Amino acid sequence: MLEQLDLSQVNWARAQFALTAMYHWIFVPLTLGLSFLLAFFETIYYKTGNEKWKNLTRFWMKLFGINFAIGVATGIILEFQFGTNWSNYSWMVGDIFGAPLAAEGIFAFFLETTFFAVMFFGWNKVSKKFHLLSTWLVAIGSNLSALWILIANGWMQHPVGMAFNPDNARFEMDSFWDILFSPVGVSHFVHTTSSSFLVGCLFIVTISSWYLLKGRHIDMAKKSLVVAATFGLIASAFVGFTGDESAYTAAQVQPMKLAAMEGLWDGEVNADLVALGIVNPGKKAGDDSEAFQLEIKLPYLLSLLANRELGSFVPGVNDLVYGNAEHGIVGAGEKILIGKKAIHSLALYKQAKDRGDQDAADIALVEFNKNQHYLGYGYLSKPEDIVPMVPLVFYSFHVMVVLGSLFPVLFAAILFFLYKDTLHRQKWFLRFGVFGVFLGWLASEAGWVVAEVGRQPWAIQGLLPVSIARTNLTTTTVQMTFFMFLFIFTVLLIAEIRIMLKQIQIGPEGE
Amino acid sequence: MGSLDLSQLQHLWWLLISVIGAAFILMTFVQGGQGLLYCIARTEVEKSLMINSLGKKWEITFTTLVLFGGAFFAAFPLFYSTSFGGAYWVWMLILFTFILQAVSYEYRKKPDNFLGAKVYEVFLIINGTVSVLLIGIAVGTFFSGSNFTLSDYNFVTWHHPGRGIEAAFSLFNLSFGLFLVFLARVLGALYLNNNIEHEVLNKRTREAAFTNLLWALPFLLYVLISLLVMNGYAVDPISGLVSLEKGKYLANLLALPINGLGFLLVGLVLVVWGVVSTRFLSSRKGIWFSGLGTVLVVLAIFSIAGYNNTAFYPSKYDLQSSLTIFNASSSHYTLTAMCYIALALSVVIGYVWYVWSILDAKKLREADILVEGSHEKY
Repeated sequence: MLEQLDLSQVNWARAQFALTAMYHWIFVPLTLGLSFLLAFFETIYYKTGNEKWKNLTRFWMKLFGINFAIGVATGIILEFQFGTNWSNYSWMVGDIFGAPLAAEGIFAFFLETTFFAVMFFGWNKVSKKFHLLSTWLVAIGSNLSALWILIANGWMQHPVGMAFNPDNARFEMDSFWDILFSPVGVSHFVHTTSSSFLVGCLFIVTISSWYLLKGRHIDMAKKSLVVAATFGLIASAFVGFTGDESAYTAAQVQPMKLAAMEGLWDGEVNADLVALGIVNPGKKAGDDSEAFQLEIKLPYLLSLLANRELGSFVPGVNDLVYGNAEHGIVGAGEKILIGKKAIHSLALYKQAKDRGDQDAADIALVEFNKNQHYLGYGYLSKPEDIVPMVPLVFYSFHVMVVLGSLFPVLFAAILFFLYKDTLHRQKWFLRFGVFGVFLGWLASEAGWVVAEVGRQPWAIQGLLPVSIARTNLTTTTVQMTFFMFLFIFTVLLIAEIRIMLKQIQIGPEGE
Repeated sequence: MGSLDLSQLQHLWWLLISVIGAAFILMTFVQGGQGLLYCIARTEVEKSLMINSLGKKWEITFTTLVLFGGAFFAAFPLFYSTSFGGAYWVWMLILFTFILQAVSYEYRKKPDNFLGAKVYEVFLIINGTVSVLLIGIAVGTFFSGSNFTLSDYNFVTWHHPGRGIEAAFSLFNLSFGLFLVFLARVLGALYLNNNIEHEVLNKRTREAAFTNLLWALPFLLYVLISLLVMNGYAVDPISGLVSLEKGKYLANLLALPINGLGFLLVGLVLVVWGVVSTRFLSSRKGIWFSGLGTVLVVLAIFSIAGYNNTAFYPSKYDLQSSLTIFNASSSHYTLTAMCYIALALSVVIGYVWYVWSILDAKKLREADILVEGSHEKY
């Protein structure tokens, strides 16, 4: 299967996925967060009957619509890209991975789009109550779509509920519930949605801060901020809690990702947590060079974070690559040998089946079953292949954590100043507030870099490396579509930003 | 459902895929309407009426396409991996036109929209014609075959540098595509005729439905006659071997008297009646007849492509690599689990129907889009 391997093609396919996913992810957190904020705003209008809340809802709804359109545009390619650029992946795990994607369409997208039309066209056509219900259903639908796709992504990080079928060389689902309620999938979902709520709240912080600085739409800005800062503060608590949970599950099922997140090359008992640091960019697995050029450590905390137990051992990159007998860690080299045996016996099994030799097939199958737990490793060529880009993962993780810790302070301060009724006078604070959503985007995208780059070289952790998962395409073909998407998404992004800025400048109706 | 055997599930899922495919082709009235934009609307108000009318529906068409992809992935993953990965450029171009569509309704009339209203209108027209044409060409290969082989591990290798585009150079596929383009325009005209209350537009949509039906007919006839005489890709139910069989699709039509020949004939009559009743009897309900007819025709096409031991995605390069509902499907467990999930589709159809009946309770009028602070969005 490896004979046609063309590394640069895989990397272009990865770059295309990263490009389209990261573009898409500019808009999705806003949809997830703003949809609930709209539901809150409209609920207040419904309860109070105050037209100001209606105008406020409609203003944010207009911005939501502009964002939603480009979110849809950038999203469709992701649904089909598994097939176009990762067709081997699609076959090998389609039996499992297809189901959440179809469920997403059935349970979420129709809900979202049908009631989206009511939200925008229905103000004078349906009752206030039904309109409010529609707004809530758009929020629920959007977040349900996140549920299904994150369940699918969680499964790629930690594959459960399936078995390999040697007859057709694919993984098959044997427990839908194990996949749906996989702890990795669930913490992934809650972490991603709650952090997206936060980005939605920061969007409102940015625009409202700008209005307050300009002395325009002050009442609307303050009203919006009360709701957004409260929601943002609550969401922050979830982000922190599930972030801790995500790090813990990474330590349990993706220890290499955790080692990269922390720049931990050699495992330690009572490992320290690197709060901030500058990594040595040239460091490779197995060399003796320093891991950091500069670092600030918090003693013992990494052991606590990773295993929830002081005195516990946290494996580093080198332990996972070369093994550590003392702590019972099998090295990647040994796993590769076992994986190659599995691949070999799978080939023997198929050959025996083809010539109708059942006895030989049975023997090969027994051998395969003995070794299949490291099947994916068999496609790697050397132990060092399991190491992701440590500096990128390290910095992304730390940027995400630092910003994630800053946001609750920002929301709390907004609530404090609103309570004191001095927010509009806090010029420097408001200037900082204008940057809110940009920092939110940075943290959110960084989170995805940690999740996705951190698990390289795996498309599916431990089972399928990206080099096998790809479609058999030429590099030029993938490059062409890469630049096609880069061009069109950039043009549309420019259009979106200009339209958005204009609408912000125009401000809400009736003010 | 838990007691169905694998073969029954495969048949059931081919039916579900057919239903979603049929729903999508029905919903291409949105694309057809977009394609007619400059043919029907002569003034800004007329254009706005058309775009606002279609604008309430386009996302459901889009979502149905996404569901079609998702359902194919879940139920027949080997088709998903073989066709999307193999016929790469066809699918990429289809997706590209949908990207253009997704922003165009929302951004066309917004101030400071960077490209100008005209460009977004052209985007809508591109999506309205090119996407349907290419989808038709792709579906044409269900009968005319493609150039691929599958390895022992079911990994696809495409044996044509066109990566799917070569399908456009087959007269059969091209005719299939053009038939769908004109059918979409017929449906678009009928939908607009039903949805908008505007004397001039009503007259033009009435005529457009008829003209486009006339345009569709030669391509339809070519496709039908070809189907009746062409070699088909038959599967031996015992050995699973694929072979070319003369008149296979004619045999399938006759072997499936209800969902093959029956649906096809009744469907075609309904499509024609929808147009004729609109054009000559000034009926406003033509979309219902032609819409239902379209659904039946597509169901018939999918039935003869996949049922009665036929390879639905044949490889003319290597017959034994052809995909059938048996070798391309998901496992028994997954198909069963997906059946339970698919039950929710009935709820989806229910609420879409309900919401549309509310939003369309009153026909769209000129006054709706001219009023200050109008709630018509686009």
